[in-house]
Amino acid sequence: MIVEAGHFALILAFVFASIQIMVPLIGARRNDSVLMDAGRMAAIGQFAFILAAFLSLMHAFIVSDFSVSAVAANSHSAKPLLYKISGVWGNHEGSMVLWVLILALFGGAVAGLGNNLPPTLRARVLSVQGMIGAGFLAFILLTSNPFFRVHPAPADGSGLNPILQDPGLAFHPPFLYLGYVGFSIAFSFAIAALIEGRVDAAWARWVRPWTLAAWCALTLGIALGSWWAYYELGWGGFWFWDPVENASFMPWLAGTALLHSAIVVEKRGALKSWTILLAILTFLLSLMGTFLVRSGVLTSVHAFANDPERGLFILGLLLIATVGGLGLYAIRAPALKTGGLFAPISREGALVLNNLLLGTACATVLIGTLYPLVLDALGGGKVSVGVPYFTLTFVPLMVPLLIALGIGPLLAWKRGDLPGVLSRLRAAAIVTGIACLATILLNDGPAFAVLGVTLAVWLIMGALTELAERVRLFRGPLSASLSRLAHLPRAAIAMTIAHTAMGIVVLGITGSAAWQTERILIMSQGDTTEVAGYALTLEKVARVPGPNYTAERATLRVAAGGRPIATLYPEKRRFTNPPQVTTEAAIRTTLLADLYAVLGDRQEPAAGGQGKMGWAVRIYHNPLVPWIWIGAVIMVLGGLVSLTDRRHRVGAPSRAPVPRRPRTA
Amino acid sequence: MIRVVTYLPLAVAAILAVVFFWALSGERDPSRIPSPFIDKPAPVLDLAALDGGPRLTRAGFAGRVSILNVFASWCLPCLVEHPYLMALAKDGKAQIFGLNYKDKPDDAKAWLAKHGNPYARIGVDRQGRAGIEWGVYGVPETFLIGPDGRIRYKVVGPITNDHLKELRRMIADLAK
Repeated sequence: MIVEAGHFALILAFVFASIQIMVPLIGARRNDSVLMDAGRMAAIGQFAFILAAFLSLMHAFIVSDFSVSAVAANSHSAKPLLYKISGVWGNHEGSMVLWVLILALFGGAVAGLGNNLPPTLRARVLSVQGMIGAGFLAFILLTSNPFFRVHPAPADGSGLNPILQDPGLAFHPPFLYLGYVGFSIAFSFAIAALIEGRVDAAWARWVRPWTLAAWCALTLGIALGSWWAYYELGWGGFWFWDPVENASFMPWLAGTALLHSAIVVEKRGALKSWTILLAILTFLLSLMGTFLVRSGVLTSVHAFANDPERGLFILGLLLIATVGGLGLYAIRAPALKTGGLFAPISREGALVLNNLLLGTACATVLIGTLYPLVLDALGGGKVSVGVPYFTLTFVPLMVPLLIALGIGPLLAWKRGDLPGVLSRLRAAAIVTGIACLATILLNDGPAFAVLGVTLAVWLIMGALTELAERVRLFRGPLSASLSRLAHLPRAAIAMTIAHTAMGIVVLGITGSAAWQTERILIMSQGDTTEVAGYALTLEKVARVPGPNYTAERATLRVAAGGRPIATLYPEKRRFTNPPQVTTEAAIRTTLLADLYAVLGDRQEPAAGGQGKMGWAVRIYHNPLVPWIWIGAVIMVLGGLVSLTDRRHRVGAPSRAPVPRRPRTA
Repeated sequence: MIRVVTYLPLAVAAILAVVFFWALSGERDPSRIPSPFIDKPAPVLDLAALDGGPRLTRAGFAGRVSILNVFASWCLPCLVEHPYLMALAKDGKAQIFGLNYKDKPDDAKAWLAKHGNPYARIGVDRQGRAGIEWGVYGVPETFLIGPDGRIRYKVVGPITNDHLKELRRMIADLAK
């Protein structure tokens, strides 16, 4: 019964979404506040009904109602509760419901919280948001009904893929969707602005917090996913340039560019047309990611159960959004008035460079991801594009970006003084030089490690110099500097945090790529091996029961300099529903480096007594790897600090008196 | 000028849409990858044997239907397809050679001792050099080679029931 109610709620949500498309659009045209406010009610109604549908689906998963096909195919009665819940979005149908739930959440938030928005802009934003919602609700209802019943109901479900039964992955999709779908707001704002034919500082100020929130969620989602890949897949790596990883990375790159170009629109009224285009493209890239993952046109470890009909439907939605969005852009963008002029060497110029490099980086990832498909379409045969391509194209683009990142924030708006800025960066340059020399002397890995460390230190020092300049550190009493720090706009502090975090991430990536030690060997009970100064002794391998698996758990004693310091328990888990083996890496982190152990297969002695009995064990020493995720989390914190900036809370200053909002809402 | 430029994103998107549409329609299966080696003579092969016997070379293919299977003890899908290779070995209609790819000889020996050895001879390719000659980009891969030394069929990934049927049919054809 609850299941049917959920299905019905989803249909009602579609009806509300349809109302949300038409009514506020007509209202904005006629400047009719009653119609426009009806749009707000529709957006909130759409959210409420999708939430009801989502909760009823979650209920079906929690009580293990196997008469529902999605539950039977993806859940199991013996699964821990957390994974029964995360199983809701661990499959195609349920994850689409989460997708529209988050879409409606953002739409509802604009309707409920966007009191400082001009009513016509808000109405149009909600209308566009309604179009996206209606499209995806139709997709769910027509091709991927999560409430489909099977008769007779199976006695038990077939279970969730065990490698997905993991706390990191339980929350990876929701954050990712918050990011992907959150960019829909930037898209809707861009379309609404094109309809209104007006882009100004106030527009940029409204778009930025929504984009920032989506960007924070996406950053966290990607970081969670890569962290999961690192400790669960047991390959010792964290990023594989898989098409689906790329699908999430492209909107991140475009979204990062958008965050920066929106600042130029807000502060200087320039780059309007480009920012609108970026806002549209960022969401289109998110949609394209959805299409690539769910249609099966590319092979990937992430591919969902594929169905050409679904692929065609999403392609249709993507096409409508693209033709609508980019078509409107093509017609309307030339009419946008360009704002302030600026010299090439200026803050604007630096941000343009940032956008060019991020845009090009995004394009190289797009090309690498789609090249096999395009070549195949042209009859050029089948190829695969691997890590070397991305190392050769993506990494070189990051070098100038990181150099410029150290300088850009210090440049003045409109016309910057490069020699002056460089002289203020003297201290930063000296520290960077010392770090560079130290790396050259100490480096026992490849040469690129020197470049990576130098760039990261330069970036961090540049960011800190900018902050020090702002608070006039060392140029007066410390208390004066501290009080200046307390009065800095939050956005300025946020920038320092985020840029420093980027440096930390670069250090982490460099460290893991350059200085990783890997050791694969067969160990018998009592064997000792040495990795990066640690002595690891295999004490025993025991069979340990888990809630829905049995594990072989190795006990590895770790000693450094003769003193025991830790014990690692890598596991190999054998699940029964569905039958699958997963590895659980054991990681000991010092925050400076990870000692990472994976238990492999049991090795029997070969016939004739050669070889020894033991277990395959892989041990990695990964210097600086934790910094990748620490950096990502700090970056998100930077985003959150920026969200609390005063200007987002008080809204934009307006010259005309603010029109009174009708009390009906 | 500006007018034209603003249509550019739409144009690029239109091209991508055509590609996506093509990718969805038709018989295209992204996991099926044809080998440029089909119907071509087998590439160079000269590897030390795992058991220290005569080297594994192309000359071994002459005159009989042969199967070259790329495997490694660290590769889980190899274990999945292993019973099929054992079945083919039992048929005795084709000689089966192994290419032990990027593996340690001791590991490979232990693996074969544990699961059974379907191979008449095994070449050791520790660095994966022969794998490059043969265009191997994943383990397992299986090549069917005719008595004339030409590659006739290739399976990427583990052999399945369908592949087994196809292999048996082609082995019978080639043996005529």
